[in-house]
Amino acid sequence: MSATTTLADTGQVPRRLRTLVRRAERQHLTKMLALMAPSVVFVALLFVVPIALFLFRSVDNVEIPKYLPSTVAEIGQWHEGEMPPEGVYRALTEDLIALKGEPEAAVLGRRLNYSVPGFRGLVTRTVRQLPDTVPASARDLLAGIDERWLDPVYWATLKQQSGRITDFYLLSAMDLQRGTDGAITQVDETQAVFLSLYGRTLYTSVGVTVICLLIGYPVAAVMASAGPAAANWLLMLVLVPFWTSLLVRTTAWVVLLQTEGLVNKILIYLGIINEPLSLMFNTAGVFIAMVHVLLPYMILPLYSVMKGVSPVHLRAASSLGAPPVTVFRTVYLPLTIPGIAAGCTLVFVLSVGFYVTPALVGGPSDQMIGYFIAYFTNSAVNWGLASALGAFLILVIAAIYLVLGKVVGFDKLRVR
Amino acid sequence: MNAIASIPGKSQIEDPIVRFSGVRKSYDGETLVVRDLNLDIVRGEFLTLLGPSGSGKTTSLMMLAGFEAPTEGTISIGGKDVTALPPHRRGIGVVFQNYSLFPHMTIGQNVGYPLRVRGTAQDEIDKRVMEALEMVELGAFGDRRPAQLSGGQQQRAALARALVFRPDLVLLDEPLGALDKQLREQMQYELKRLHEELKVTMVYVTHDQTEALTMSDRIAVFNDGRIQQLARPADLYENPQNAFVAEFVGENNRLSGIVTGVGENSVQVDVGGAAVVKARTSSRFAKGEKAVLSLRPERVAVAQAGKWENDFTVDIDKVVYLGDINRLLLRFAGGSEFAVRVANVGSGPAYKRGDSVRIAWRQADCLAFPAE
Repeated sequence: MSATTTLADTGQVPRRLRTLVRRAERQHLTKMLALMAPSVVFVALLFVVPIALFLFRSVDNVEIPKYLPSTVAEIGQWHEGEMPPEGVYRALTEDLIALKGEPEAAVLGRRLNYSVPGFRGLVTRTVRQLPDTVPASARDLLAGIDERWLDPVYWATLKQQSGRITDFYLLSAMDLQRGTDGAITQVDETQAVFLSLYGRTLYTSVGVTVICLLIGYPVAAVMASAGPAAANWLLMLVLVPFWTSLLVRTTAWVVLLQTEGLVNKILIYLGIINEPLSLMFNTAGVFIAMVHVLLPYMILPLYSVMKGVSPVHLRAASSLGAPPVTVFRTVYLPLTIPGIAAGCTLVFVLSVGFYVTPALVGGPSDQMIGYFIAYFTNSAVNWGLASALGAFLILVIAAIYLVLGKVVGFDKLRVR
Repeated sequence: MNAIASIPGKSQIEDPIVRFSGVRKSYDGETLVVRDLNLDIVRGEFLTLLGPSGSGKTTSLMMLAGFEAPTEGTISIGGKDVTALPPHRRGIGVVFQNYSLFPHMTIGQNVGYPLRVRGTAQDEIDKRVMEALEMVELGAFGDRRPAQLSGGQQQRAALARALVFRPDLVLLDEPLGALDKQLREQMQYELKRLHEELKVTMVYVTHDQTEALTMSDRIAVFNDGRIQQLARPADLYENPQNAFVAEFVGENNRLSGIVTGVGENSVQVDVGGAAVVKARTSSRFAKGEKAVLSLRPERVAVAQAGKWENDFTVDIDKVVYLGDINRLLLRFAGGSEFAVRVANVGSGPAYKRGDSVRIAWRQADCLAFPAE
């Protein structure tokens, strides 16, 4: 105490001292940064940047400005409620002539088709039939090729989607559309898929998380209270699934759960059921396989927290007059909440993004958002929509994490 | 002292609060941690179970609390057999060595816990929690979390929690073990004060013999799963019943030799190096038998004139400066280490290695036990 007071009182010594301390801290910081640099560079280059670029695709509108540059420049002159002026028709005709025989025509057609079904056919047909030069009336030319060029819907779409940035994919991912008048409305019930998809994804993830918690909690508690030898064995049994690939395990479930599979055969042999249960290609199969895959992620954080709960606390509670159930409710459960929070967060976040397991074990109506992201990335090549779905997935998870963090405390969400 | 001072050193008494009868405990089915424990605990006494680690003292306490079940024998509290009763129905307050306060509750909630699980009304809980906290001088700390308290404060809060539901019996499992020396001494007095104020029965486990001597009405010395001696502190120190007790309680010089002469309650023992020591004994010896002698360092007179039954001149091997005293390590009885104390009074001779010094002690201060 007295030493620090003296130092603070004499003006010069502390300044020197502060410089020395600061220098030492700077050296320490430099060392830490140097040690972390490889991983930071790796993550930034191969993870953060690609994800950011891909997320940008959800608002990126590259095709229309790129392939229809003159049209985009001219279309501002057109006001809705009247027919487009000749200049706009001419610009589009020039743009389309430039695309003649080029594969980009198909790319443009596909992009326009997202907004208005049938637009693709209109574009390809027009491009095919266009002459090499623009005649006196471009409007008559286009209307002659296809009457739809007289329908303002197509022009409204072109005008709406002429910007470099579009909200089209984000709206689609929410089952919303922007009408020709610019108002945002819900899409037709027959076309609405994504909201129920989010609902199903959340429902499945919450269900799997709850089942994992109910099954995993007692296991973790037994492991934490077992002797070291038994605990090691149990830990190994929990970890074995970790060492096998997810695909192999899911395929194994296919073998086990099918109508003629092992599970049904045993149940019939034991006389528990007469008819084979349908455990595959439905929600039950998805739950069974996902719980199995994700159980270790629940047990391990629970175990590590429970391991830290001192048995003295439990003894103290019971010596103070609390029966076992009260000891559990008032002492053990509150002390293991960090483990519950960490395990549930982990399992929930992982299951929200599940793809392979529902794809292999689930039916068509059990597919989760991951399946559709993969579908739009690989099969439909609608990367804009795929990344919009991904963006909302990230948003939902971030929101849940923030809410949990506020309720339980961020420090408790750590996985130890 | 209080009424408890008249407690006999016997293991069987009238109307005990706790009775262990024929209790044995084995964890692996092969070795006994507690062998044949028979012990009566007197209402209102402060009984200490003292012994080295692994002697069975903590296991005995845990069996009394109900955390461990005896392999054989019965434990009764207030005349009622509680051997099969779970801990939460025994109504015993327990204070643990490690900080056992619930980290997710405030100090007030911790202290109120035993009342809450008993369904006491909230205003009654508030009142008694405040009383209990004031009793351990933590009145202002009710809203703090355990982690915000020092080790000593945490143990005081744990004590308040174990006392707030007014149990007749409080068990303390090395509660001061984790505290530093100064705090430990302060807490000893505090515990003793509470014991006298509340008139509860306290059973205290420790391996620290000083703690046992300062606080206890009676001390049960444990070794090897057995009670070696059950006695009041002064009896234990003055008249240890065997060599283990003599050595474990207090500082002690141990000499071993062969009996060369036997008198009434006395023996002469050849301890080697041409030295024959006269000692008091309560055991029967025959000539030629092996004996162990026990002699407290403070009972040896150094360089004093006077008549003593045992009188030798020996060489100083080492002088250890301890501030208030100097400890002299002497070469005696053929080389075995022999310690004596000389008060550091500022004057008097300065002892140094290699000097010869006269040492002497009474026959009554030196005890002879049969060698095991």
